[in-house]
Amino acid sequence: MASAFEYAPAPESRSVVDIAPSYGLFIDGEFTEAADGKVFKTVSPSTEEVLSEVAQAGAEDVDRAVRAARKAFQKWSALPGAERAKYLFRIARIIQERSRELAVLETLDNGKPIKETRDADLPLVAAHFFYYAGWADKLDHAGFGANPRPLGVAGQVIPWNFPLLMLAWKIAPALATGNTVVLKPAETTPLSALFFADICRQAGLPKGVVNILPGYGDAGAALVAHPDVNKVAFTGSTAVGKEIARTVAGSRKKLTLELGGKGANIVFDDAPIDQAVEGIVNGIFFNQGQVCCAGSRLLVQESIQDELLDSLKRRLSTLRLGDPMDKNTDIGAINSAEQLARITSLVEQGEAQGAERWSPACELPAAGYWFAPTLFTNVTQAHTIARDEIFGPVLSVLTFRTPDEAVAKANNTPYGLSAGIWTEKGSRILAVANKLRAGVVWSNTFNKFDPTSPFGGYKESGFGREGGRHGLEAYLDV
Amino acid sequence: MSEKTEKTEQQRLSVFKTYKLYVGGKFPRSESGRVYEVSDSKGNWLANAPQSSRKDARDAVVAARKAFGGWAGATAYNRGQILYRIAEMLEGRREQFVREVAEAEGLSKAKAAAVVDAAIDRWVWYAGWTDKIAQVVGGGNPVAGPFFNLSSPEPTGVVTVLAPQESSFLGLVSVVAPVIATGNTAVVIASEKSPLPALSLGEVLATSDLPGGVVNILSGRAAEIAPPLAAHQDVNAIDLAGADDVLAKELEIAAADNLKRVLRPQPVDYSATPGIERMTAFLETKTVWHPTGSLGASGSAY
Amino acid sequence: MYSRYARRYARLVTMPTSAPAALADVTASDSTLRRFLHGLPGVDAVGLEARAASLGTRSIKTTAKAYAIDLAISMVDLTTLEGADTPGKVRALGAKAVHPDPTDASTPSTAAVCVYPDMVAAAKAAVAGSGVKVASVATAFPAGRAALAVKLADVADAVAAGADEIDMVIDRGAFLAGDYMKVYDEITAVKEACGTSARLKVIFETGELSTYDNIRRASWLGMLAGADFIKTSTGKVAVNATPANTLLMLEAVRDFRAQTGVQVGVKPAGGIRTTKDAIKFLVLVNETVGADWLDNHWFRFGASSLLNDLLMQRQKLATGRYSGPDYVTVD
Repeated sequence: MASAFEYAPAPESRSVVDIAPSYGLFIDGEFTEAADGKVFKTVSPSTEEVLSEVAQAGAEDVDRAVRAARKAFQKWSALPGAERAKYLFRIARIIQERSRELAVLETLDNGKPIKETRDADLPLVAAHFFYYAGWADKLDHAGFGANPRPLGVAGQVIPWNFPLLMLAWKIAPALATGNTVVLKPAETTPLSALFFADICRQAGLPKGVVNILPGYGDAGAALVAHPDVNKVAFTGSTAVGKEIARTVAGSRKKLTLELGGKGANIVFDDAPIDQAVEGIVNGIFFNQGQVCCAGSRLLVQESIQDELLDSLKRRLSTLRLGDPMDKNTDIGAINSAEQLARITSLVEQGEAQGAERWSPACELPAAGYWFAPTLFTNVTQAHTIARDEIFGPVLSVLTFRTPDEAVAKANNTPYGLSAGIWTEKGSRILAVANKLRAGVVWSNTFNKFDPTSPFGGYKESGFGREGGRHGLEAYLDV
Repeated sequence: MSEKTEKTEQQRLSVFKTYKLYVGGKFPRSESGRVYEVSDSKGNWLANAPQSSRKDARDAVVAARKAFGGWAGATAYNRGQILYRIAEMLEGRREQFVREVAEAEGLSKAKAAAVVDAAIDRWVWYAGWTDKIAQVVGGGNPVAGPFFNLSSPEPTGVVTVLAPQESSFLGLVSVVAPVIATGNTAVVIASEKSPLPALSLGEVLATSDLPGGVVNILSGRAAEIAPPLAAHQDVNAIDLAGADDVLAKELEIAAADNLKRVLRPQPVDYSATPGIERMTAFLETKTVWHPTGSLGASGSAY
Repeated sequence: MYSRYARRYARLVTMPTSAPAALADVTASDSTLRRFLHGLPGVDAVGLEARAASLGTRSIKTTAKAYAIDLAISMVDLTTLEGADTPGKVRALGAKAVHPDPTDASTPSTAAVCVYPDMVAAAKAAVAGSGVKVASVATAFPAGRAALAVKLADVADAVAAGADEIDMVIDRGAFLAGDYMKVYDEITAVKEACGTSARLKVIFETGELSTYDNIRRASWLGMLAGADFIKTSTGKVAVNATPANTLLMLEAVRDFRAQTGVQVGVKPAGGIRTTKDAIKFLVLVNETVGADWLDNHWFRFGASSLLNDLLMQRQKLATGRYSGPDYVTVD
């Protein structure tokens, strides 16, 4: 909206983080070059500035890291739980101390707004380590029988949308339960994982317990296929998840997968409408919609469609897109040119298939990867944009007439990760939540996360849960 | 049923049972019209069993999917009552199953009786679990914010079960009961060599108030009917208990197409009291959030 | 529509008031009014507070801060509502309202001074010729527990003494008892007593209404009855203006204008003491209702100590040095 009250730029200081011109792999407690000497550049998606050059792990490095993790496993798993706990508490505390530095780093490398890294990512990262630290000496009481044993070496592959948070979701429970870790961050966002390696050193974590291997898909594939890995944990696309499931088939490797989604955000006619609008916005524009549990399908009761869409469009017009380092930015950059191309292509398909596209007036920066907040109306279940995960700031609006129809449409997808329900009627919330085939149901809220709250999908959104007591199971031989 | 017993019954010719599949609460023959010979442990012919086809497997999935909503939506108490009813019905047909198990597995009558008793007791054990598992594996989560947050287990959906090959009855019950106790529905592939106790179990299930389609029992060649079930897009999970390593790997790869939950084959002592793992393997965890907030806008909860 | 109170006190009536045409049938009867108010969308407290808190993280710097500080100063209803108020005290307040910072003539005046009815004449004299308005709390402020005739006489006194604005309190007892029509009729009667010369601010005492659903209903009730402003609080109870209840009232005026075309102002009052707080409220205005309300005709702060903090921050921006209490006036 046009306003006399223009916010002056309020950039977060970049000086709190010192990014080195190059980084190595982190294996057995040391930073090291890749065996074949390969490196790759990591760029800031909001400016395309090269931030650093990072060693690129290959199969040989994977083997080296798995051997280091195997060697470290014996002592680490034999440590009293209380001692493992203290290492994790140390890590949690150092993350809290360095949280502004890490938030800035994450914003630079990922493109998401500093407001989110500062207020969401980093607090959740620290909380996750704090939560699982407390489990390390209480596993006998976790409901998996007496003295549950760790699995061994965990091979973990994480995505670029929440680089440090996904690392926390993987590493914290793995270490608490006595496993050692080889983790591959995404190729577009390797830096925060490498800073985490430094935090492990500051915390005095024994060598080899955590190994970080920046690299591409080939390194991830080598890691999950490595015969001496006992546990594979992956967060990413459903296509890759299926490939990993095939790879580990017939082995004894325990597998957990957190994959894609096409979450339905269902708004009934008696919803608290202003909060529903906020929830819809949060559901699809948080992290530029690059969220597996995004509420990417808005299912609105036909009787309030016009009113809700008016409110929603008005609200979208106030979203502030631009420099992710500006503290007032709501929408940052798309993580990569590749992701931008995918979003663009799906949006073009949406238009070609007859859905009606709308975006608020929104100026996109010249450099970097950007996509304006986008809303599609006149969408049906048959449209590609109602079925495929777009993983971008694009909302598909569908309507329904009755609760039955809402549930049927919400469940009409191979995915089953998240869903939202907006109504003031308590019994309707419970009835609809009961029928939704989704691992996380947010009622009268959306995109809330907590280390104590299990997270994970039904159907093709993957299996296993991260967070809470449930999250321990993935790393225990039970 | 052997000739010897026929003779001692003097002139009366006994009535053989035509063993049939159990699908959707009915007892069809294989749509393929095929049967195969089932022998006892000494190689004596016992009966002809239906040799199910891919289409029988498909029909069983349709029946299981149709039954899922009602069974998952039934109260846990009701499911417990029905599982207990299965035990009651089995108890009444104990002698039949002792004979069938003895023949199938080459056990003495006493040993077979112990196996059947254990299987009956297993139904009782799982009957008691139906309304307790949610309290054991679910619960409230103390999130750091003004939210009520509850995790509850829910059944995964349609589960394909490859029943154990050797333990044709106790093993079968031990893998089927945990699947349905929590509200899943099942497509069961009976022990290939010894399918008769499984097929007879269908007759018990049909008279136990268990809704048709909750358990569907197929006999035949696992290598023929398991792969289409493992690849079936409307099957949510697969228990590979009865698969050998080669078949298990093949099925696990096929299962990845729609990311079925896979329970790999592992050594199990079916005579021991089970844990809860066979139930949790086919449970999803659903976590529901709702704001709590303060009682009013005037308090310090601002 | 003439209310029954309006007819009874017809001598005070200078113009008929009515609910806007688009919603005329809403106030046709007790039951239509109740159905309408109870049919408004509910408010989820956690979501509302989260949105207000999120807007509270906006970082307003340099030019934006300078703009916001001057805007905030110009929106202050500089208030003294003490039993010990005297004409001398009110004169000093008026002088400060006109020239908040005697060392810097570029400092804008406040929007108004806000006093009890018996101090209106003194206040009027103190701000004469400046453009600063005189607002007066009437209707048996702050409790509102008096007969309607007494309340209307209170209003008439203030208006007769030259008050430009009347800040009335609603009958919270009647509201909480569900007697919405009584509240409505009182407001329309007071509105009529204000005549054409005084704008009416309707105070809900949100802290006593307790729930956000009530605050939304009260907002609509007040607007239906002809409020020119809706105002959170008297400043005399434990919880006064908060970002969340002000956001909720901003949503109400936004939606009311969308439905009726009638624009209504908002005045958070009580508890806003710092520049940082005031700027948070301006961000709420900016991002909820936008530029149309970024003007002291449509948004006010009911405050006293806030002004000095705004002035100190203004001096800091001008000089680069932090200011201190000795460099602003105590009036």
